[in-house]
Amino acid sequence: MIKAVPKPLEEIIELIKDLHKVLVVGCDGCVTVCEAGGLKEVGVLSSSLRLNFTQANQRMEIDDTTLTRQCDKEYLDQLKDRIDAYDAVVSLACGCGVQYLVERYPDKVVYPGVDTCFMGVDLERGVYAERCQACGKCILADTGGICPIARCSKRMLNGPCGGSEKGKCEVNSEIDCGWHLIYERLKTLGQLDRFEHPVAPKDWATSRDGGPRKIVREDLRI
Amino acid sequence: MSTTSPSRLEKILAAGHLAVTSEVGPPRSCDGSVIEHKANLIKDHVDAVNVTDNQTSVTRMCSLAACIRLKLMGLEPVLQMVTRDRNRIALQSDILGAASFGICNILCLTGDHQHFGDHANAVNVFDLDSTQLLQTARMMRDEGRLLGGHQFEHRPQVFIGAAANPFADPFEIRIPRLAKKVAAGAQFIQTQCIYNLEKFKLWLKLGRDRGLHEKVAIFAGITPMKNVGMARYMKNRVPGIEVPDEIVKRIGGVPKERQAEEGIKLAIEQIQELKEEEGVRGFHIMAIEWEEKVPEIIERAGLYPRPQIG
Repeated sequence: MIKAVPKPLEEIIELIKDLHKVLVVGCDGCVTVCEAGGLKEVGVLSSSLRLNFTQANQRMEIDDTTLTRQCDKEYLDQLKDRIDAYDAVVSLACGCGVQYLVERYPDKVVYPGVDTCFMGVDLERGVYAERCQACGKCILADTGGICPIARCSKRMLNGPCGGSEKGKCEVNSEIDCGWHLIYERLKTLGQLDRFEHPVAPKDWATSRDGGPRKIVREDLRI
Repeated sequence: MSTTSPSRLEKILAAGHLAVTSEVGPPRSCDGSVIEHKANLIKDHVDAVNVTDNQTSVTRMCSLAACIRLKLMGLEPVLQMVTRDRNRIALQSDILGAASFGICNILCLTGDHQHFGDHANAVNVFDLDSTQLLQTARMMRDEGRLLGGHQFEHRPQVFIGAAANPFADPFEIRIPRLAKKVAAGAQFIQTQCIYNLEKFKLWLKLGRDRGLHEKVAIFAGITPMKNVGMARYMKNRVPGIEVPDEIVKRIGGVPKERQAEEGIKLAIEQIQELKEEEGVRGFHIMAIEWEEKVPEIIERAGLYPRPQIG
């Protein structure tokens, strides 16, 4: 899922400090799972903002709600009868949700309440790690199910580089060397022959390099 | 042995000589005289001069411009190219530009991550990796074709090299990596600085067992230690470099004012020992900001005078 972290409270205060009525909108999707922008975080942020402006003797009304998803028009529509009453919205959805909210309500000021980080997995509660960079042409079948694009700091397709040391990346020792992992995995699978075959330059046109991407699935369209 | 380029380096190897290369690092300014000064210190003692490409991700005068300066001095440069900063459009463009100036040795590298350098907040490119840059250079030379498919007539006549680090982990993949680079087009290999000679010899033997020494000319990388501080730094702080304790002890075991000489002596002993190894076809001497010592090392190691091949 998409992983995000809450923005610092001070940053959000700075964004809305000159306003009087703000709606904080959470999302039940990915940001709920990583505890950055779900119902619970919406409650915490709203209370903190209220407390801050009350202590500062500043007139500020903070309301909150959480939608099933912010990347879906159907759920965004649920705000249509109340959104006009607010000077601005703070969205705790990922960057996709914030932007879709803007598209749905083009006259409304919408501020992001989280920093969207990556697509990843939950290693444990509060610890998330990147696994996919959505290059648009999956090569996991060739690399033992471990992605060198997401997991090698230099996204090498013929790794590892000379900086790999004791299974760790040259960038820092907290990062596993993706190619070390791939090598071990290929060994386990008895596919080490793959390792010696030079992989040709990748077509990055399906990645972000091809420009903003869009999927049109004719088979699904109504 | 037929050659693929006008490279003197390639000819020297083809004639069966041990080749010697060294390197100059371009300045962090546009002062071209720095390159000329460093090159003048070593020019009579080496067959070709590598020019590093924004090494350790620190922004410097570009490798290609510095190589052109060397070429104008009548020297033979080795253009180092990293894939960190330029995509396939720029890399191929630089190969064409370099060849137009008669620069005919290129060393294909992935490059250190920008995290190490002076612009840690920069984007990295890594459109290609070193292996893919090798494939690309070979295709341009042998097929007269760009990655995009464009066919052209005046092909870059280049002698193509790559780096190898016998000391990175895991050791067991280092020979398959070498084989992969050879399969991708590497004709010569310059290794990481060698301090653990036994491990290097083992790597070389495993390469020989697969006949790789006959397919690629391996240059042993030698970097003299200036003092015990450098030995410790290399041991503890530089990823992928292995410095055995004995070396730190040896350099540290002599008074400070004699440590530099001890470092030079060590480098010379390493060269003499490795000269005897089957599969070592040359030496790449990387005297980091210590270029003035390169001639002495080469002379005392018995690698001077250099063969005169045009």
